[in-house]
Amino acid sequence: MSNSILVIGGGFSGLTAACEAAEMGYDVYIVEKQSFLGGRVTQLNKYFPKLCPPTCGLEINFKRVKTNPRINFYTFADVKSITGGPGDFNVEIQINPKYTTPQCTNCKPGEEAATQEVPNEFNFGLNTRKPIYMPHPMAFPAQCVLDASVIGTEEAAKIKAAMPPGHVDLNQKPETINLNVGAIIVATGWQPYDATKIDNLGFGKYENIITNMMLERMASPSGPTGGKIVRPSDKEEPKTVGFVQCAGSRDENHLPYCSYICCMATLKHALYLREQSPDIEIYIFYIDIRSPGRKYENFYAKVKADPKVHFIKGKVAEVGENPDTKAIKLIAEDTIGGGKIEQEVDLAVLATGMQPHGATEPIPGIEYDENGFVKPKEGIIPCGCAKRPIDVVSSAQSATAAALKAIQTVVRRAG
Amino acid sequence: MSKKKGLYIYTGDGISEVIDIDKLVELASGDLGVDVVKTHDDLYSPSGVEMVKKDIESEELQAVIIAGVSPRIEYKQFDFPGIIVERVNLREFVVWSNPTPGEGDDAEKFKEHVQELAEDYIRMAVAKVDKAQLPDPYKPETVNQRILVIGGGVTGLTAALEAAEVGHEVTIIEREPQLGGFAAKLRKQIPVGPDYSSLIDPIVGDLIAKVQANDKITVKTSTEVARIAGVPGEYRVSLKEAGTKSEWDAPVPLTDEEKVDENGKELSAEELHKKYEEKNEGRRHYMEVDPNAEIYGAVVVASGWKPYIPKEGEYPHLAWGNPNVITNVQYEELAKAGKIKRPSDGKEVKSVAFIQSPGGKEDDADFPYASAVTSLVALKQAKYLREDQPEDGKAYVIYQHMRTPGQYEYFYKGIQDDPGIFLTKGAVTEVKDNGSGGLTVYVENTILGDDISIDVDLVVLATGMVPTTKDEAVINLAYRQGPSFKDLDLFGGYCDSNFICFPYETRRTGIYAAGGVHRSMTIEEAMEDAAGAALKAIQCLVAAEEGHAVHPRTWDFDYPDFYFQRCTQCKRCTEECPFGALDDDEKGTPKPNPTRCRRCGTCMGACPERIIGFKDYNIDIVGSMIKAIEVPDDDDEKLRMIIFACENDAYPALDMAASKGLSWSRLPRIIPVRCLGSVNVAWIKDAMSSGMDGCLLLGCKFGDDYQCHFIKGSELCNRRMENVAETLNSLGMEPERVKLEQVAIDDYDRVPQIINDFVEEIIGLGPNPFKGW
Repeated sequence: MSNSILVIGGGFSGLTAACEAAEMGYDVYIVEKQSFLGGRVTQLNKYFPKLCPPTCGLEINFKRVKTNPRINFYTFADVKSITGGPGDFNVEIQINPKYTTPQCTNCKPGEEAATQEVPNEFNFGLNTRKPIYMPHPMAFPAQCVLDASVIGTEEAAKIKAAMPPGHVDLNQKPETINLNVGAIIVATGWQPYDATKIDNLGFGKYENIITNMMLERMASPSGPTGGKIVRPSDKEEPKTVGFVQCAGSRDENHLPYCSYICCMATLKHALYLREQSPDIEIYIFYIDIRSPGRKYENFYAKVKADPKVHFIKGKVAEVGENPDTKAIKLIAEDTIGGGKIEQEVDLAVLATGMQPHGATEPIPGIEYDENGFVKPKEGIIPCGCAKRPIDVVSSAQSATAAALKAIQTVVRRAG
Repeated sequence: MSKKKGLYIYTGDGISEVIDIDKLVELASGDLGVDVVKTHDDLYSPSGVEMVKKDIESEELQAVIIAGVSPRIEYKQFDFPGIIVERVNLREFVVWSNPTPGEGDDAEKFKEHVQELAEDYIRMAVAKVDKAQLPDPYKPETVNQRILVIGGGVTGLTAALEAAEVGHEVTIIEREPQLGGFAAKLRKQIPVGPDYSSLIDPIVGDLIAKVQANDKITVKTSTEVARIAGVPGEYRVSLKEAGTKSEWDAPVPLTDEEKVDENGKELSAEELHKKYEEKNEGRRHYMEVDPNAEIYGAVVVASGWKPYIPKEGEYPHLAWGNPNVITNVQYEELAKAGKIKRPSDGKEVKSVAFIQSPGGKEDDADFPYASAVTSLVALKQAKYLREDQPEDGKAYVIYQHMRTPGQYEYFYKGIQDDPGIFLTKGAVTEVKDNGSGGLTVYVENTILGDDISIDVDLVVLATGMVPTTKDEAVINLAYRQGPSFKDLDLFGGYCDSNFICFPYETRRTGIYAAGGVHRSMTIEEAMEDAAGAALKAIQCLVAAEEGHAVHPRTWDFDYPDFYFQRCTQCKRCTEECPFGALDDDEKGTPKPNPTRCRRCGTCMGACPERIIGFKDYNIDIVGSMIKAIEVPDDDDEKLRMIIFACENDAYPALDMAASKGLSWSRLPRIIPVRCLGSVNVAWIKDAMSSGMDGCLLLGCKFGDDYQCHFIKGSELCNRRMENVAETLNSLGMEPERVKLEQVAIDDYDRVPQIINDFVEEIIGLGPNPFKGW
């Protein structure tokens, strides 16, 4: 039997759940797949509707983690198996090597020595990075990572030689640990739906079609373009931008549910673009603008009042490219006027939805529904976007509630 | 008091290339009197940590200074019980932010400046550890574990059950004679989990039964709060029969408008007192103790919402006022009562138009206080008609935007399959009596065709859910700052948090909102929210027992200390505390309530007598750090400025700027502060009187979308700047020497420029005229 709580996923929801449970007096473990905590929101430039930086709240949550001796976390780690039951789960965890030691918080000498460039996954491949890297400027823990792909090559040796002695360890091996916990909170979050699967929307086929998350990275001062939103084809600021809502969401062939956040994200992106270029024209193709509730309705009203932002009720069915200008033609069915609407834009943004990680990387021992959302059961408590598609505020509420549910399991089992 | 201390300097990451480490060691072990001074090129490795640990034991050190990487990067390894630790940010703030000599710098000068910068940071750290003390937690004698839940609807019932489940006794008070709230008035409800395809029977009956069977939960119906006095861990709650007056009703302070006469002139103290007494006639003083009060540790506010009822004459184009034009709540009542009948003549209703958006062609917004719930309810209520009239019932849902987020999309899909439910986007331009008992609804721009008209028996408006806190205090606190949550108008009356990341934040420690009073939400969401709020309520009791603060400084085991002998009863601290932590006595002497306190230090910043402080953060400590800075008397190239930087946002922004290799002027020295609200004018005077030339304050955004984690800190500081400007003026100094800038954590590309612009401005003004005095 154990009174400890395991939180799978160290993103916004997982961090919240872990801190809330630890501050109730319980020992908590966080297992995070990436090399840093913070998850998906670390890639966001601003939160809607307040347009505040996500790192601001993360900084507080990191400090809660840093200062609370009840929280232990493992990054770069995967849950391999879950056995046992409520009050007494056994969890096997594999910690993957970063090939660096914890005091390795500065990889500049290694970056300078490195000769290779690899696509930067944090920026969705919009730029490259070196094989030794700090994933992003706010990465916590601030430990550098050396890509497993270069281990055993000359490149790795070169990097090691350039780094302070003892900071790079090429002999690290995956390590397995076992945890005995009383309850498990599943906060494995979401990934952007793979836009290449949406055949008719031309992602991957035409250069100037990007996803909403790619735009988010470009808008970020830590992003691949230093905060400038540009067309991939010529790195120029676009003068016209089209947003394709429900790209894969509310669609039986892709994600049958509504991803909740994409309408609000697009409204936010319209504001980013309007701030960047006063003359830009923005076209938003939508089925419904889902900005429910007072705060979101006000946000929509603010964007709607802008004469440069045009809302077109119609689902984009087809796209094309002008081979000379690389401009994108969006073709939608006009649900009101009937017929087809065509609009040429410099840059098209697919408002792709959220897919739970359970859909592509299920964890053995956890049950999922047909879309990959976690099914709750005694002692295994999903929260945040592992449970349903929600925004950040709702994720915080969901994670806080999950912390109490986990504690209830532990209390109940302890009798 | 000088402590036995050690200084450990990290020389890796280029530090020893930029800083003359020998000189630094000499300064520390010589002038600064540091007992043990060592360097290490891999200080953060196990061998480095071991070295410090051994010294602490063998040399009996009381304090250690770790000079190297940012304290945000290394935060734990050098924490030893009973030892004061100070981390000096040499790497980011001295070395990385000064990678190479700037334009026009000669190499010698560059080295000299950087060396002085490093030396000053060491001096400041030594001054700090000499003055700082270890925290001494405030632990109340008793922390009552009972939870009070205000509201007996789905949210309140759930909160009670959730808290009872982990062993807490709970009392639910409900204003109505019975439990259940609005959920008890539903015919059916939208599902509270998968599958989302069809309506379910209301679950509230089940919750009521569970509550009634739970021996940890007490229910008091027809009851409301007269006042909540006291503190988290020991709230004294006076209850009363709903709708009655009580001598224990919480007094209400005068509003700003009431504090002035008709000409806008401030009333005298006597007049104010008289007016206050009149306003609160029959109510006991807020500090008076009700001997019959019940004791609770924390409170969950689940008082829910009330339906938005359009005023008479509102929405004339929708024929509001016609008996057959009703709200969704009125329709629910009809549906609950049996087969839906037309209000005007009792005829069975065969057709209904549900209108989601009142703005016609001009505005596609939903009704005030609408949300996803109003969309979902329209779909649900359309289904009611189909249940009543399966053969020929026709429901028309006319919307601008159908809001069924997430998996509720399945529910929407299920409704679309019903052949008797017609869903269309459209602008409702007019509703008219059709002369035969029904109504004609005119709709433009629809999916069904351009302009259509529909004849129906009944029109239902999807009006919204108004939080109960919009017009009432609900919590009725007997606090110096008044009975209600603050600044609710920012949130349309919801007792919402302004923080996306921290939705349970309220400005009243120990009191947490959930459900419809928090935000418009479905039953499913409200139940989750109830569990979250229950946790926060219990967690606040854990914090009180352990002696640390609640959000955001949960790591803080200290609390503010007041030296009352010198208090002049100016009331600034009691009025400015963003959390209403301070009450006062008849004379106006503040009464601290440590379990309400968040440790932001706003009181410390406000106090003109400088009598408020913390063990490790007070007027003397920061003043001593400022005075420790070496200020050259007669070198115009070496002006000195102080920067007070918010530790949560501005400080990390500077860290990141440095790690990106961005540099800023070497003239200012940075002191992190908990919040700009804690910056006392005395520090600015200290800086100026020690000959420094300027002072820059970097804090969070304020205004309606404030980012300050202590709500008002940066804003209050900004207000104090006006006094600072006056003070400087009176000293014959330019007010521009002190400046506040709003900086967000991601402003790392901008913050060096902000500093440089400020420094340029100061250089333009020339040295502090009192330098060297």
